[in-house]
Amino acid sequence: MNDKYPPIVDGKSVYDLDSQKYLKMWQGPQHPGVTGNMSLELDISGDQIIKCNTHVGYLHRGFEKLMERRRYINCFPIVCRICVPEPDTNEYLFAAATEELLGVEIPERAKWLRTLDLELSRLASFFMWIGGQSGAFGSGTVAQWSIAYRDYVLDLFEELTGARIYHMYMIPGGVRGGLPEGWIQHAEKVLDGASKLLDEIYYVTFHNSVFKSRAKGLGIITPDLIDRFGVVGPNVRGSGIARDLRKDSPYLVYDQLDFNIETETAGDTYARTLVRWKEMHQSISLIRQIIMLMPKSGPLYTTLPNVLHLKVPAGETYVKAESTRGEYGYYMVSDGSEFPRKVTVRGPSYSHGMALLEHLAVGVNIADTHGLMISLHTYPPEIER
Amino acid sequence: MNKIYEDLSSRFTLSDYHQQRDNLAFVTVEKAQLVSAITYMRDYLKFTHLVLMTSVDWLEQGKFQLTYLLHNYELHVNFGLKVMLDRDNAVMDTIHHLWGHARVYQRELHEMFGIDFPGSPGVNEPMILESWQGPPPMRRDFDTKKYSEETFDHRPRQHVEPEDYLRQNLYPED
Amino acid sequence: MKEKDKPEETKALKQAKDNWTVDENTLANADLPEEERDWFCDARPKVVKPVSWDPMEKFLNWARAHSLWILAFGTGCGAVELRPLLTARYDISRFGMAPRPTPRQSSVFMIGGYVSIKTLKRIVRSYEEMQGPKFVVAVCSCAINGGMYWDSYNTVKRIDHYIPVDVYVTGCMPRPEAVLAGFQKLQELIMAGKAEGQNLYAENFDWYKANQKQVITDWNMPDYNW
Repeated sequence: MNDKYPPIVDGKSVYDLDSQKYLKMWQGPQHPGVTGNMSLELDISGDQIIKCNTHVGYLHRGFEKLMERRRYINCFPIVCRICVPEPDTNEYLFAAATEELLGVEIPERAKWLRTLDLELSRLASFFMWIGGQSGAFGSGTVAQWSIAYRDYVLDLFEELTGARIYHMYMIPGGVRGGLPEGWIQHAEKVLDGASKLLDEIYYVTFHNSVFKSRAKGLGIITPDLIDRFGVVGPNVRGSGIARDLRKDSPYLVYDQLDFNIETETAGDTYARTLVRWKEMHQSISLIRQIIMLMPKSGPLYTTLPNVLHLKVPAGETYVKAESTRGEYGYYMVSDGSEFPRKVTVRGPSYSHGMALLEHLAVGVNIADTHGLMISLHTYPPEIER
Repeated sequence: MNKIYEDLSSRFTLSDYHQQRDNLAFVTVEKAQLVSAITYMRDYLKFTHLVLMTSVDWLEQGKFQLTYLLHNYELHVNFGLKVMLDRDNAVMDTIHHLWGHARVYQRELHEMFGIDFPGSPGVNEPMILESWQGPPPMRRDFDTKKYSEETFDHRPRQHVEPEDYLRQNLYPED
Repeated sequence: MKEKDKPEETKALKQAKDNWTVDENTLANADLPEEERDWFCDARPKVVKPVSWDPMEKFLNWARAHSLWILAFGTGCGAVELRPLLTARYDISRFGMAPRPTPRQSSVFMIGGYVSIKTLKRIVRSYEEMQGPKFVVAVCSCAINGGMYWDSYNTVKRIDHYIPVDVYVTGCMPRPEAVLAGFQKLQELIMAGKAEGQNLYAENFDWYKANQKQVITDWNMPDYNW
C-alpha cells in the first residue's frame, strides 16, 4: 500500500480531514467532467481518491408517483423522458408490460419495427457515449466527429417517427407508423458512413498512446464484483463474461437475427470501450439485417379498446431489455383499475452508477474520475427518475 | 420453475405462488424467513443477481408489499419474492451484506416509502430529496398535485387535464 | 418580465426582507452559522447603469452580443441538444459562443428543462457566481410552465420567479435550430440594450430571494454568492 493512503483500522480507513494532509473536494453537479447532473464527494490525498461518495437526486421528477395518477395511455408519453439519450427502451418496456398484462399480441411487422427502433437508438446512444469517453481522455476530435454523426442517425429517427430525441413511437399495441418512402436508401447511406467513421475512430482512439496509457488498468471490474454489485451490460462483457439479454432471453425478433455476444477479458476501461465499439458495429449489422428481413406489409398495431376506459387486469409482471448500459427493466403492478398501481423502473445505471463507482473510484487520480465514470456508462436520470 | 418452487417450499413457508411467464414467477414469503430464503436462493439456487427491490403501497389493506426480484444467469429465469409489511410499523431486515447495491435500494425505499431497514449503511441520509418537509412522497396517501399547487407558483394558463383533453377530442360521445 | 408581472411589495415580503437585511447595502447571512458569516461577502447586487455616452454603450453591447460564453451546466434533458450545437453541423462558434466550465468565465446560463428543487439551489448559486453582464436562456417547456411535470412534487414550475430569464425557447425537446434561434434572439436583445435580466435581479432582489427561500427550505449558503 502506498504511504499516501491513510491507515486502515478494522477494515475502515481512518483519517482526519483537519490534518491538512487530506482534502474534501466536490465534483459536480456544475462540472463538465461529470456525466449528466450528479455530483461526487471526494476525499483526496495528493491527487488520489481515498473515498468517494456519490450524490444523486438533481434530476428527480417522481415518475413513479406521476404514473400512479395517469391512465395507461397518459403514462406512455412521459416514460421516454426517463432516459434522455436512449428513450426508446423505456417506450418499448412500458408498452410490453402493458401488453403482457392485457394479454395483447402485437403484429409481426410491429415487432420488427420495434427492433429496428431499439437498435437505431442503441447506435445513437453509443455515438453520444464514445464522444464522451474519448473526450474524457482529452481527445475532442472524436467527440466532434461522433456527436456530429449522431445527428444523422437522429435524422433517420425524424423521418421514421417525426421527432429527434423523444420519439413516442411504440404505443401499447404496436407502433405508430411504417417506414416512409426512401427511408431504406437513406438509412443505408447513413449506416455506410457510420461504419467508416467507426473505423477511423478505432485508429485515433485505440492506437492512441494517451488513451492507452490512461484507460488500461483503470477501474478494473473483477468477476467477484459483478455478482456483488449486480453489474450488467457491457461492463460485464468487458470482463469476459458473455451475458446479453438479447441472446439469453430473446425478446421481439432478436432470436431471428444473427449476432454474437462481444466480449473482452481485461475488465478495465480500455476493454469496456472496445466492447462498446464492437457493439456499435454489431448494431449496424443488426439494422442491416432487420431492413433486409422485415415484412414489407401488414398491420402496424393491434387496436386497443377505448383507452379512456382501458382497465388492465390485476396482476404483476417484470419485463426487461438490453439497453446500451445493460438490463433495463419495468416492474408493473396493476390492481384492475384504469391506473397503474405501481410502475418501478430498474435503470441499469442504478447498480454501477452509485455503489460500484464508489468502490472503483478509490485509488484513482482525480483527472481520471471522469473517464472512469463514463466508462461505466452512467446516466443519472435513470437512477433517480 | 416448479422445481425451484418445490425446493423452496420444502424449506420455507410460502404462499400465493404465481407463475407469470415461463421465466418469471412470484411468491410470498413470511417476513421472518425472507433473509434466509434470499440467502438460500443466492448461495444454493444460483440466483446471484438482485435485479430490483421495490415496494407497492396497498393503502386499502394497510400493507406495504416489498418485492425482491432475483435473476438466475444459468437458467435465465426471474424469481420474485414478496413480503407483506404492516403499513404503520414498516420495518424490514436489511440485505446489504448480500449485495453491494442493496443498500442504495434500501436508502431509496426508506426515503420514498418510509420503510426502515435498521443496520443498512446510510439508510437515514437523504438520497434524492433534499430538505424534504412532507411525508414520504411515494406513499399512496400523499397527493402530489395538491402539494405542487400549494408549494410552487404556477404560471396562469389555460389548464387542461390530460384526461379531459382526451375525452373531448378523441371520444366526444363519452 | 413584463410590467404587469412585476412583483408587489407585500407585507410578507417586507417581513422576510427584514430577516436578511442589516441595512440598505448589507445582507445578514442569517442562515449561516455565526462563525462563518465573516467568511462570505455580504453586499447586495447593484444595478449597472448604461454608459452615459451612447455610442460607447452601443459598442459595448455589440461586443457583449458577439462573445457569449455558455455555462456548461446540464440542468435537465435540454442539455442533450447543446452538444450537437457545438459540433460541425450547427456550429455555434460561428456566433462567438463556446461552452465554459466555470461560472466565473461564462455569460449565458442555459437552463435545460425541468428544475428540481435540489438543482435550483445549485442554479441560484451558479447564477449569482457568474460575472456580469449575464443572461439566462430557458430552454424546454418545463422551465417555462412546468410542462409534463406540472403536478410533480419536486420540480419548480416557473423558473422566472427564481432567476430572471431573458429568452425562452419552447418545445419538448426544442430542436437545435430552435435553441440557436433563441441565442440569436438573445443577441438581438443585447444589441438593442433590452436584455436587462441582471439589473432586474438586482432591483427585485428581495422578491427573488423570498421566492427562492420559500422553496429551498435548507438555505445553508450566503444570501448572495459572489
